[in-house]
Amino acid sequence: MAYFDAASAEPLHPSAREALLAALDDGWADPARLHREGRRAQLLLDGAREAVAAELGCRPDELSFTSSGTQAVHLAVLGTVQARQSAARGPGHLVASAVEHSSVLNAADWLARTTATAVTLTGVDGLGRADVAEFAAAVRRERTLLACLQSANHEVGTLQPAAEAAAACRAAGVPLMVDIAASAGRLPVPDGWSLLTASARKWGGPAGVGLLVVRKGIRWREPFPADDREHHRVPGVPNVPAVLAAAAALESASRERGSEDAALRALVARIRAAVPRAVPDSVVYGDPDARLPHIVTFSCLYVDGEALVTELDRAGFSVSSGSACVADTRQPSHVLAAMGALTHGNVRVSLPRDVRAESVVEFLDVLPPIVAKVRETVRAANASRSAEPPQEVTT
Amino acid sequence: MSRQQPRPRPTQPAEAGIRRSALGRGGPPSPVIGQPLPSPTLTLDALGKKCPIPIIMLAERIGEVRVGQIVEVLADDPAAKTDLPAWCALKSQEFVQASALPTGWSFLVRRSY
Repeated sequence: MAYFDAASAEPLHPSAREALLAALDDGWADPARLHREGRRAQLLLDGAREAVAAELGCRPDELSFTSSGTQAVHLAVLGTVQARQSAARGPGHLVASAVEHSSVLNAADWLARTTATAVTLTGVDGLGRADVAEFAAAVRRERTLLACLQSANHEVGTLQPAAEAAAACRAAGVPLMVDIAASAGRLPVPDGWSLLTASARKWGGPAGVGLLVVRKGIRWREPFPADDREHHRVPGVPNVPAVLAAAAALESASRERGSEDAALRALVARIRAAVPRAVPDSVVYGDPDARLPHIVTFSCLYVDGEALVTELDRAGFSVSSGSACVADTRQPSHVLAAMGALTHGNVRVSLPRDVRAESVVEFLDVLPPIVAKVRETVRAANASRSAEPPQEVTT
Repeated sequence: MSRQQPRPRPTQPAEAGIRRSALGRGGPPSPVIGQPLPSPTLTLDALGKKCPIPIIMLAERIGEVRVGQIVEVLADDPAAKTDLPAWCALKSQEFVQASALPTGWSFLVRRSY
């Protein structure tokens, strides 16, 4: 039995749990009030902000806590585009890689539909790495208001060419939003960002805490009805106990990174090597070296992803899948599609920090017979349907 | 026996305001308008079938045509747009083209070996 979906939600770090329980008693009041309970909550919030800012390498006043990673992305994209739109003559232009998190693509789509913003989604190679030349060319187009490139891909684990993208943006005078949701707490923050976004749930913090960082000097304006919270960037009172827990988890994750990183990488390497050998007609995706330590994705031909996830769950292994039948939208993963990768029979394994090597060995033992079983079921169901009058036309 | 249905002209899907300049680079090549389409030897109707059924049908039946001949797969599951070319790449078969039908797509695959 093992939980292999850390890229959706890393289990709550023990230090986060401890901080959360303590802060429920001490940090429940409104931090904007001047009474002692409010001041105490404000003190805790200030401490969390300083700790997280130190981990990210930003100033505390550049950091705002949001209610999710998605909200952070929406605020970052809309706030930057709208602040710079008025200065640009004519409708603006937004650039993002085609493999960004869906919250980035949804914000871009929203701008395209509700304002006249032109959106360019730039391509990736077969490993899922953004094409820097194409990204840079798109950034240089006139009236480009914002460019978005994730630090690493959340589905296949490939690191993005952050330094090259930052250089292209700097040369063109275009702000760069770097979504570090997949890498925060696991890898250092890449240089050259104008805005950062992240989600605490991905590093062992609680759900309901996101980060929005707007570098000093970057033009940004609140895109929604204004509020005086979080440096006038995020409406609503922050959840102080959850923020405190998120900060504790981030500090712990960064501290433990040295010991965890190598172990996770070795286990992922083991899965990457074993799956193509043990499962016929399977293919492993993502960069074998320049990647996140904990994520590995593969697809198996002739298998339906939903059946695969269900059978693995029955065998005690929790994984996710980019196959259409598993996704909420019934659309296949836009990441796999942009890579030209097989979207059916897809499995994403993302290892949590305390994973046991024996669990990975067990997973690799049960996977081949499960794939074979699902293949047989799918094939038999199709054969029985094809026994009806033939639908093929032969010339 | 020849195909009775008239073949609809390939069309590009509309993308409201969003340019996907190289999206699906490994995906289906754009249909070449104005050139005669290679005619399929075998047509597999996978309309209404979810992936991976269209791929399974193709894998099971491609052996029925000779090397160099074309198999056409009709499918309307959105995943087929990515998965047909991906299967061809994995299996070293030649993906010829995809074209839009009133519902779904027609995919042409040439048997390479």
